[in-house]
Amino acid sequence: MTRMTGADAIIRSLEAEGVDVCFGVPGGMIIDTYDALYRAQANGSKLRHVLARHEQGAGHMAEGYARASGKVGVAIATSGPGATNLITAIADAWMDSTPLVCITGQVPSTKIGTDAFQETNATGITLPIVKHSWLVQKASDIPATIKAAFHVAQTGRSGPVLVDITKDAQVAELDFKYPDHVDLPGWNPPRKVNQRQIISAARAILEADKPVIYAGGGVINGEASAELLELAELTGIPVVTTLTGKGGFPDSHPLNVGHPGMHGMKYANMALNRADLVIAIGARFDDRVTGNVSAFAPNARVIHFEVDAAEIGKIREVQIPICAPLQPALAKLLGELRKQIPEGREGPAEWISKIAEWKDEFPLRYELGDLLKPQQVLEAVRDATAGRDDIIWATGVGQHQMWAMQYMVCDRPRSFITSGGLGTMGFGVPAAVGAKAARPDATVICIDGDGCFQMTSKELTTATLHGLPIIVVLIRNGYLGMVRQWQEMFYDERYSQTDLTGPIPDYAKMAEAFGAVAMTVTDSSELDAALERAIAENAAGRSVVVDAVCDSQEKVFPMIPPGASAADILEYGSHEKVKEFEAR
Amino acid sequence: MKHTLSVLVEDKPGALSRITNLFARRGYNIDSLAVGQTEREGVSRVTLRVDCAEHSLEQITKQIYKLVNVLKLTELTPDDAVEREIALFTVAAPPERRGELMAFADHYGARVSDLGPKEIVFEMVGHPEDLDSFEELVRPYGIKEMVRTGRIGLSRAVRH
Ligand SMILES: Cc1ncc(C[n+]2csc(CCOP(=O)(O)OP(=O)(O)O)c2C)c(N)n1
Ligand SMILES: [Mg+2]
Repeated sequence: MTRMTGADAIIRSLEAEGVDVCFGVPGGMIIDTYDALYRAQANGSKLRHVLARHEQGAGHMAEGYARASGKVGVAIATSGPGATNLITAIADAWMDSTPLVCITGQVPSTKIGTDAFQETNATGITLPIVKHSWLVQKASDIPATIKAAFHVAQTGRSGPVLVDITKDAQVAELDFKYPDHVDLPGWNPPRKVNQRQIISAARAILEADKPVIYAGGGVINGEASAELLELAELTGIPVVTTLTGKGGFPDSHPLNVGHPGMHGMKYANMALNRADLVIAIGARFDDRVTGNVSAFAPNARVIHFEVDAAEIGKIREVQIPICAPLQPALAKLLGELRKQIPEGREGPAEWISKIAEWKDEFPLRYELGDLLKPQQVLEAVRDATAGRDDIIWATGVGQHQMWAMQYMVCDRPRSFITSGGLGTMGFGVPAAVGAKAARPDATVICIDGDGCFQMTSKELTTATLHGLPIIVVLIRNGYLGMVRQWQEMFYDERYSQTDLTGPIPDYAKMAEAFGAVAMTVTDSSELDAALERAIAENAAGRSVVVDAVCDSQEKVFPMIPPGASAADILEYGSHEKVKEFEAR
Repeated sequence: MKHTLSVLVEDKPGALSRITNLFARRGYNIDSLAVGQTEREGVSRVTLRVDCAEHSLEQITKQIYKLVNVLKLTELTPDDAVEREIALFTVAAPPERRGELMAFADHYGARVSDLGPKEIVFEMVGHPEDLDSFEELVRPYGIKEMVRTGRIGLSRAVRH
């Protein structure tokens, strides 16, 4: 037991949890904790703090850190506006099940409820978007609360938690001892795997003629990628991965059938649609994947492996539910399959060759033109990094994100970091900075849009000052492109408030102002050299912005129109068919 | 359809709003809500009565179960539970109609808890549906004010 202040205890608790980097912005109600951090660092603490330029950035950095490392991300903010600025990141982490511990300062306990300066009810505002939250008003409660916060954030389905700590609790003293266990009688995420269900699942898998594995972000969060790979190879079952599941199964594996959903590959959607068995693993039947739910995989039985009981049967009826942590559940399934699989059994060969035909028939495609095409830029980026196993991608939200999903090749989990559930514009740059903090050895490349970049580009300053250099490939199409696409296709080309063209901002100057190297590319002939230089500059420690001036008219295909089903998918160049579709 | 949920929660700030928020965000109204102590120190029982679709209820109960402060959740079904509620009714009672009112009260086991020249305050403890019936019966006389505690319930006693 050591006597110390609550603020010191916060820092000591973070150290005890093995936190090496945290992200945040100080302020009046968290100043004592920052003072404790300063003193700890002066005394040799290895706990690093990255000063973001906006708390939203700090939150997304913590998310990027968590998604790249598999560890809990930590974001710190002051009360009031500090806490409210964090909210978008908390909501984002909630939707994508990213483990986050957010620590906010709060006004002194004697002032709570008085509308004191910079008082907001942080636990109240975040209530629907956290796994749990705590308002701490006593210094002596700090260690146990932080212990519990880390435990809740990362057990069961991972996600964000908030610890709101009053100023007086930070200032008061306590006898510090970090607890070695948590006391949370109501927190009982599933731990066991029901063997009977596993046996049924194995039987259903071996009986199916047209099975598809539908793998989501849970595979990555649940550290079950190796088991998934084994499952696919053992059974010969093809795999589609969702946007957040990208990299959970190698993109370049012969059994990989791409991504399903609104802008997924046509063959991926067809495979799901015609399947007689869908094996959902850590996926949640999101509407961007299913389209019209009643027409989604209409002939399939469903096995659902999922750690969160509330996801099972939420959207789609499930015949064989398996509510358990994914890694041990898949390991058990593999054991059972090995017992049941007859000697010399082959995979579903006919089904596989059918899918191969679809792959040939409906590849991703686009047409070159006078102007640079975003897809062309992304293919060049992909080729410039081909064969490297140290690339981490981050993205903004919009068309460029969908193209990144389509064109980037991710063969490893935690190599594609994107905002799936919330679709948060501006996620890319700070998430990339956070990923770089987690994996300094990796080359982190953010595929960003011009709209997104304007929301959070300031975090390039953070990247420069904290030695966290990233590459931004800016798909500058001069529009809030994804919205523009909908306006063109569904709103008779009324481009309401989506035009970003014009002389300002000067993206190259912006990048330089933030300490990054800037390159503007307008012609395909310049692409390869620019990317090569970008990678070299980045390897030498600089952030780089490759400002790629692209065709603003280009649209993302395939596309399942909103509310439609996979059968109505529109291919490249077929968007006149929207009218036909709408007429029906 | 109406459902009664009985939730055991740790006595912690915010525990109740975490539960009620799950109904509110889906646009469901809570018909009644009763919170009180239990046999265990630091543990409260929340009894909720809600009108919501079966599928939503299943989703909401799973979400409630996941809350960190929630220890146990059961749905109380009429056949397997003892359910009670308390109500107070202030009923207009001119002297010539008091006799009828007292007869109703007697039949339903309601008691007079206060009395004035023009009105009677009845108190009734009973099954919520009996309270409903009594309410219906006295309504024509003029209910000036009424309050109900919300139903509470427990599983029936073990029979073997
Ligand atoms: C914070 C936020 N605001 C608004 C939206 C709605 N929205 C979705 S995509 C998009 C356009 C994104 O523009 P840009 O970053 O240029 O990407 P592009 O689609 O052009 O590739 C918008 C406005 C959003 N997803 N997030
Ligand atoms: Mg754009």
